[in-house]
Amino acid sequence: MFLASARKLRSFGIIGMNQRNFGLISKYNPRHLYPLVDDKLKTKLLAQKAGITVPKLLGTLDYQHDVRKLGEILAAYNQFVIKPVQGSGGKGILVISERDHNLYFKPSGDMISLEEIERHVSNILSGLHSLGGKPDSVMIESLIQLDPVFSDYSYEGIPDLRVIVLKGYPIMAMLRLTTHASDGKANLHQGAVGVGIDMGTGAALHAVQFGEPVQHHPDTRKTFAELVVPHWEKLLPLAAACYEMTGLGYLGVDIVLDRDLGPMIIELNARPGLSIQVANCAGLAPRVTVIEALKNIDPDPASRADFSKNNFSTNLRTPLLRQERTRSSDL
Amino acid sequence: MQTRLTLYILVFLILGTASGMILYKHLVLGFPLLPDDKKLVWTIEARIDFIAQGDPVIVSFALPPKNPNTILLEEDFASPDYGFSELTTPDGRRAQWSKRTATGPQIAYYRLAAYKTDRIEATPSSDIPSAPVKPEFDEAQQTAATTLLDQARSKSANTEIFTRELIKSLNSQSPTQNTSLLINDQARADDKTNLVINLLALENISARIVRGLYLEGGRRRQSLTNFIEIHDGTQWLLFDQDTGNSGLPENFLIWQHGDQSLLDVIGGKNSRVSFSIIENTQSSRNLVLHDNKNKNAALIDFSIYSLPIEQQNAFKMILLLPIGALIVVIMRLVIGLRTSGTFMPILIALALIQTTLLTGIIMFLIVVSTGLLIRFYLSRLNLLFVARISAVIIVVIAIMASISIISNKLGLSQALTVTFFPLIILAWTIERMSVLWEEDGPREVFIQGSGSLITAVIAYLFMTNRIVEYLTFNFPELMLINLAFILILGQYTGYRLSELYRFKSLERRHHVSG
Ligand SMILES: Nc1ncnc2c1ncn2[C@@H]1O[C@H](COP(=O)(O)OP(=O)(O)O)[C@@H](O)[C@H]1O
Ligand SMILES: [Mg+2]
Repeated sequence: MFLASARKLRSFGIIGMNQRNFGLISKYNPRHLYPLVDDKLKTKLLAQKAGITVPKLLGTLDYQHDVRKLGEILAAYNQFVIKPVQGSGGKGILVISERDHNLYFKPSGDMISLEEIERHVSNILSGLHSLGGKPDSVMIESLIQLDPVFSDYSYEGIPDLRVIVLKGYPIMAMLRLTTHASDGKANLHQGAVGVGIDMGTGAALHAVQFGEPVQHHPDTRKTFAELVVPHWEKLLPLAAACYEMTGLGYLGVDIVLDRDLGPMIIELNARPGLSIQVANCAGLAPRVTVIEALKNIDPDPASRADFSKNNFSTNLRTPLLRQERTRSSDL
Repeated sequence: MQTRLTLYILVFLILGTASGMILYKHLVLGFPLLPDDKKLVWTIEARIDFIAQGDPVIVSFALPPKNPNTILLEEDFASPDYGFSELTTPDGRRAQWSKRTATGPQIAYYRLAAYKTDRIEATPSSDIPSAPVKPEFDEAQQTAATTLLDQARSKSANTEIFTRELIKSLNSQSPTQNTSLLINDQARADDKTNLVINLLALENISARIVRGLYLEGGRRRQSLTNFIEIHDGTQWLLFDQDTGNSGLPENFLIWQHGDQSLLDVIGGKNSRVSFSIIENTQSSRNLVLHDNKNKNAALIDFSIYSLPIEQQNAFKMILLLPIGALIVVIMRLVIGLRTSGTFMPILIALALIQTTLLTGIIMFLIVVSTGLLIRFYLSRLNLLFVARISAVIIVVIAIMASISIISNKLGLSQALTVTFFPLIILAWTIERMSVLWEEDGPREVFIQGSGSLITAVIAYLFMTNRIVEYLTFNFPELMLINLAFILILGQYTGYRLSELYRFKSLERRHHVSG
C-alpha cells in the first residue's frame, strides 16, 4: 500500500491541506494582515517596535538604479545576508560569510564577485523570486552567528525553530537543520532536516528528511538523541508574543539563536506548512481543539507559553491533554 | 456554521432549479438524456411524371395527412417553373402545381422527411361515415357473396372479427367456388379493395380504402399499398387486405384515406407517380427542436438554439469550460496534484481539442522545452522581467513558425495545428518553468509540468467525450449543477489523495511509537 488510511490519519489528528486552508488560515487570519508577514521588511520594523530582537537591517534597495549603490553599502561589512523582501521558501537568499577585498564567499566556500551579487540583486528587484513575478525590494541584513549548541547539527548554515502559534498559544515546534542538500538554508523541501521538539522541554523527539525518518544528521552524523534546544523558556514566550504583534491567529514563527544576541525572529508566516506534523509524528488537530475550547485568551504571552508547556508536552502527558485527545478523536 | 447553512441552502436551490429544468426538457419537451438516442427518419420522394400536351396544366396530388404519430419534419415541393399551392380539402391535403402551358415530359417532386413518435395518441375519428351504399351484384355473385358473409358471420362475434374472417376467406390458399366467382388470381389490388368494401356494405359496415407506403430504406419506384379501414360504430379500424390482420403495421405510412384520386393531371397524359424511400438516423435532439409543438416553449425559444449556427458552435466550446474548471478543482482539492498555474491546464486542454491529443502533447513538449533552452540563455543576459517575458513571447512565435514551416516541408500537416496553442500561455509556462527550475530544481519542474499535463489530458478526455459534449450543449442547466458541485468541493476539508501518500511514513511510525 502506498497510501495511508484516511481514517487512521484522522485518528492521529493529522490536519490536511484543505482543513488547514479552511479551518485555520481563512478562519483565523484576516487577509488584510497578510502584508505584515509577507513583507519581511514590514515584519522586521513591526518586531523592532514591539521590542523583539531581529537581525540588524544593513540596507535596502528598491529600484534597479540603486544597484550601483550596492558596493558602497556592502563596503562596510564582511558578513551579510541578501534577501528578497517578499520571497519565501528560501528563494533568492544569498548568504555571504566571508570577504577578501572584492571577493565574497558563501558558507560553502564558493566564491562570488561583486558583479554577480549585483546581478542577483537586480534579479530580485525585477521580481524573479516574488510571487507572480511582481517587482520586489531587496534587504540586506546582518549574518546570524551559529550558536555552538547547534554546531554539530547544522551544515554550512543557521538552523531555525518553527513554532506554530494558534490564537497566541504555541502549539507545536520543529527545529529545521541545514544540510548539504538544503544548500545551507533551513527549508524542508530543499532537504533540511526537520526535528520535532517537545513543547515541555525543548528536547528532540523525532527527525525527518524528505519526509522519511532519520536518526542522525546526514552530514555531521551526529545523533539527535541528545539534542535539546537551549533557552527554551525564553523561546516560547517570544513566539507567543508575535500574536499581539501581528493579530494573526494562525501563525508560523521562525526563530533563530544567535551566538551573541540570543533568540531572534527572522520570519513570520501566515500560511505555515504541515510538515511539522511529520517531524513531530503527531497531528495538530488535538492541540487545536484544546486551544479552541479555551473560553478566553490570556493576554500575557509568558503565561500562554506556560499553558502550552504544560499541555502539549509529549513526555509528561497531563490529564487535561489526554482528556482532550480522546474527545477530539471521537469527532 | 451560519455560512455553511446558507451555502447548503444555496446549493440545494441551485440543484433543484437545474434538475427541474432538465427534467422538464426531458419529460415534457422530449429532449433525450443521451446522445445515442437516435431516431429513424424516413425521407420519401414522390416523383410525378406525365406528358404535357401544350395546354394549361394542373397537377393535383394527395399529400399524407398530419397525424400525431408521425411527425413530418419538412416537406419540399420541387418543380421548376410551376406555380405551387397546398390545398386543404375535406378529404385531406393536396398539393397543386400549375402552369400556363407546357409540352413534353414533365416531372414534379414532392419530398417529405418524417419520423414516428413514441407518443401513442389515438387517431382522431371525427369523420363519421355516411351509411354504406349497397352494391349491385349479378345473381350468381350475389349468392356467392351471401354464402361468404354467412360463413364469416358464423365464425365471429363482432365487426372486427367479422371483417378479418371475411378478408381471410377471400385470400384463402384454396379458394372455394364462391370465392373464385367473386375474385380471381389476376385481380388487381384495387379490385380486391373494392370487393371487400362492397361485401362489407352488404353487411351494412362502412368501409373505405386507405393507401399507404411501406417504409423500407433504399426502395425505389415503390407504389402505394391498399389497406381497408372499417368503422365499427365508434372508431376506424385498419385491415391489411391481403392477410386480414388489423392495426397499423410498424413501418407503414398512411398517405390517403378514402377513394379520392391520388393524382389528377389536367392537361397531361400518361401520368404516373412512383415513390422512393431513404432511411437515415438523426439524433432525436434535432427532431425535438424541429417538432413544431416545441418551437415556442420558452426553454427552447430563449436558449442557445435560437442563436445562429456559428455562434452555437462557439458556445459549444464555452460551455465545456466549466467541465474543465471542475476537473481542475477536483485535481487540486481532492487529488492534490500540483499544476503550474491554476487554470493553465484548461487552456492546454482547449488547445488539445483543436490539435488532437497526441499531436498536441508532442507540440506542447517541443515548444516548451525549446523555449526553456532559449530562456536559459536569456536568463544569462540579465534582462529585466518585462523585457524577458516579452522576449520569451517572441521566441515562442519563432518556434511555432519554424515547427509549422519545417513540418509543412516534411508533409506533416498535423503539426500546423501548433498555432492553436495560446501564445501568451505558452510564454508564461516557459517563464514559470524556468524560474521553477532555477529555484527548486528540475524535479519540481517535472512534478508541476506533468501535473499540468495530466490535468489537461483528463480535462481533454472529458471535454471531448461525446456524452459530455452533448449534455453540456443541450442541457446548459448542467452548468448550475456543476456550480453546485464546485461550491460543495470548496468546503471539502478532507485529506487530499496526495496527502495520504505524504503522511504514509507518519502512519507507519505511529505504529512503532504507539
Ligand atoms: N540573517 C541570516 N543569517 C544567516 N542565515 C539566514 C539569515 N536569514 C535567513 N537565513 C537562512 O535562510 C533561511 C530562510 O530564511 P527566511 O528569512 O526564513 O526566508 P524564507 O521566507 O525564504 O524562508 C533561514 O532558515 C536561514 O537558514
Ligand atoms: Mg523561512
